[in-house]
Amino acid sequence: MSESQTISAVEMRGITKRFPGVVANRDVDLTVTPGHIHALLGENGAGKSTLMNVLAGLYQAEEGFILLNGNRVRFNSPRDAIDHGIGMVHQHFMLVESLTVAENVILGQRPARFVIDHERVEEQVRELSKRYHLNVDPKAFIWQLSVGEQQRVEILKLLYRGADMLILDEPTAVLTPQESQELANILRQMTAEGKAIIFITHKLDEVMRFSDWVTVLRGGEVVATPKTSETTKSELARLMVGREVLFRLEKEPCQKGPDVLVVEGVRALNDKGLPALKGMSFSIRSGEILGVAGVAGNGQREIAEVITGLRPVTGGSIYVNDVEITNCTPRQAIETGVSHIPGDRLGVGLVPNLPVSDNLAMKAYRRPPLASGPLLNYEALRNFARNLVKGFNITTPSIQTDTRLLSGGNQQKVVLAREIDASSGMLVAVHPSRGLDVGATEAVRKTLLEQRDNGAAILLISEELDELMQLSDHIAVFYEGEIMGIVDDEEADTEELGLMMAGEKRISQTPSIEDDGRPR
Amino acid sequence: MTEALIVSILIITIRAGTSLLYATLGEIYTERVGILNLGVEGIMMMGAATAFAVSYHSGSAWIGLLGAVLVGGLLALIHAFLSNTMRADQVVSGLALTIFGTGLASFMGQRLGPGGTTMVGLQGPKFVRTPLPLLSDIPILGPSFFNQDVLTYGLYLLLPLLWFFLYRTQPGLHLRAVGEKPLAADAMGVPVIRTRYIYTIFGGMLMGVAGAHLSLGYLQGWADNITGGRGWIAIALVIFATWDPLRAVIGAMLFGGINAIQFRMQAAGTTIPAPFLNMMPYIFTIVVLVIITWWEAISKRLGAPAALGLPYAREEKH
Repeated sequence: MSESQTISAVEMRGITKRFPGVVANRDVDLTVTPGHIHALLGENGAGKSTLMNVLAGLYQAEEGFILLNGNRVRFNSPRDAIDHGIGMVHQHFMLVESLTVAENVILGQRPARFVIDHERVEEQVRELSKRYHLNVDPKAFIWQLSVGEQQRVEILKLLYRGADMLILDEPTAVLTPQESQELANILRQMTAEGKAIIFITHKLDEVMRFSDWVTVLRGGEVVATPKTSETTKSELARLMVGREVLFRLEKEPCQKGPDVLVVEGVRALNDKGLPALKGMSFSIRSGEILGVAGVAGNGQREIAEVITGLRPVTGGSIYVNDVEITNCTPRQAIETGVSHIPGDRLGVGLVPNLPVSDNLAMKAYRRPPLASGPLLNYEALRNFARNLVKGFNITTPSIQTDTRLLSGGNQQKVVLAREIDASSGMLVAVHPSRGLDVGATEAVRKTLLEQRDNGAAILLISEELDELMQLSDHIAVFYEGEIMGIVDDEEADTEELGLMMAGEKRISQTPSIEDDGRPR
Repeated sequence: MTEALIVSILIITIRAGTSLLYATLGEIYTERVGILNLGVEGIMMMGAATAFAVSYHSGSAWIGLLGAVLVGGLLALIHAFLSNTMRADQVVSGLALTIFGTGLASFMGQRLGPGGTTMVGLQGPKFVRTPLPLLSDIPILGPSFFNQDVLTYGLYLLLPLLWFFLYRTQPGLHLRAVGEKPLAADAMGVPVIRTRYIYTIFGGMLMGVAGAHLSLGYLQGWADNITGGRGWIAIALVIFATWDPLRAVIGAMLFGGINAIQFRMQAAGTTIPAPFLNMMPYIFTIVVLVIITWWEAISKRLGAPAALGLPYAREEKH
């Protein structure tokens, strides 16, 4: 299938890759040998994915070259790379949802048979999946598969092409802790068979647990390549961020007030018209953060949209400060004081092509002093925006700068500033720190804790267990539109949460409802 | 209803449906690879004008057909260039193509007759209906389905081939993958841009044939605005067919049938004014689109290619 000889070493030498206005990689050297798992560690934007996209042939580097077994090679396309035995599992899966597993596996295969022998291909896929314990039905359509299964298809695709070196971009981001462990075992088996594995991550725990070597990238440059056994988590963190990192934020004990949000037996459909919320009940009090854990697609998005008026409920009711907001419009939700930090920052949270000032004013413009009759008072609007920019430490050239030109962290601060300004005690935050670097993440988390200490009720939806355990007072675990249980932050441990996220364990008690009458 | 009446309605249904189906199949292949070509009407018009002019001067309907195929492919190449290489807005490019094609065809119609005169009213070579031996003896089906012109017979062959190619072959798989998720196809080594060029041009060639069937088979002559919106109906039919070649047959036959009934009613001397009868296909198009869209809203399972209308570039940040 491929003309490659077995890989004995892959070396990247002096790789520099530029995008308009940014240098993503600067003079990067990287050597990977078979039989090892090599972690590529760095913050978001450190250039990890870009570097690997160069190795996988998707991007072309401006400077530098790649040596394969000592010979210089040039990859003009992903096909070149895979013909040389190098394949990549991208963070956003490169699968065609409307095709079957087998069809995805043979996509782009060469030499191609003109007519596809579906049965033969399916048999081959079955054999491969058995050999590597990558269970998946070759006849299933991709859209029918869970995220974990889709990831297996991605790996199968590469193995089918005879890849000797697999690059995995943040492979565990979408998996439960148990699935991650399973993946680690599969990767171990592959290295035992002489394959080389590179996996990209920004999670220190995974580096320590899974890898043999680790290369740390910062600002597009390599800072170090230690052996995993000869380094420590805090040293890696320091290398990655360039300064000491606090692993825990100071959190005051929870000062609970009265119920702010009450959700009773809420049901709703997802975009496909299937039940996404199956009778959910919980409540959040003033001064409390309720974290929502779960594998993506188990109703997290829907619950946020239902509370903010973006999605109709098909049953149950929702109250904020004793006002019923079931099936209200988004505007009614806003006027009741529900604030929303959406998961899709650039699509829902901001208008990227409008200036920072307009984005900040997007909820306040209706009331004076910003509104003067049907007109906008621009003087007041500019003052309003300047105050928020100062108050929330938003780094922007001016308030007239288009919001899309800001960094991710500053964009998120714009959203936070607007929402907190408009909030009257109820905040729905979806993946508030997703895609942000460590500094911005810290700022966002601190802001959320401040709001909590000021008496806000916060529903925090996140895929980062760390974040949930750091910020939440209680954690509700979602599985297939139901709450598997609500645990106290002190009692929460990763393994138990993982079992609940996988639907294997259910706790019937839901403390925030059970002990309703508890003082404080 | 008498047998003769059924047969006569079926004959017109199939004859009217033939060019619609060619155009629809062309647009299905184009959209399946992710390119929205709204130039169907213009390409059909140019196909019809070219086919008639070339066959009139060469004396062969076949050479005329070849001319229409080439012109269809050429016009689609313009669209492919604009949408793939220049990454232009495909709606704008397609609309421009329709306006350009309609205008140029009309101009050709005025000048490409004998000695630079009009083509309107001229008689030229045509594809005549020829009954197939044996098959045409089957009652009802024989005289209606197997007493047609060669382009209709071509469709009988082409249809299963196009279906098989799309769903059962490796290039067909690549075609579908490119229209659904070009980045995934690219990552697996499928040349996205080249694939999009190929099928956009192929689709344009089918649209050219659709035009040729109008001026050489169904209407047999040139008239201004000969396509009469059939290109637009074909675009609606693609949605009706949910991007599936076989289901396109049902749609094309339905619309052909409306044409036939409209003819019948006029022949029978109905009191409904002719303009209202002429409106029927277009009203039906609107009704079909409304129903389909409404159905799509509930089912969410409609097969529109996910990357339809989106230009592709590899090094864009995703």
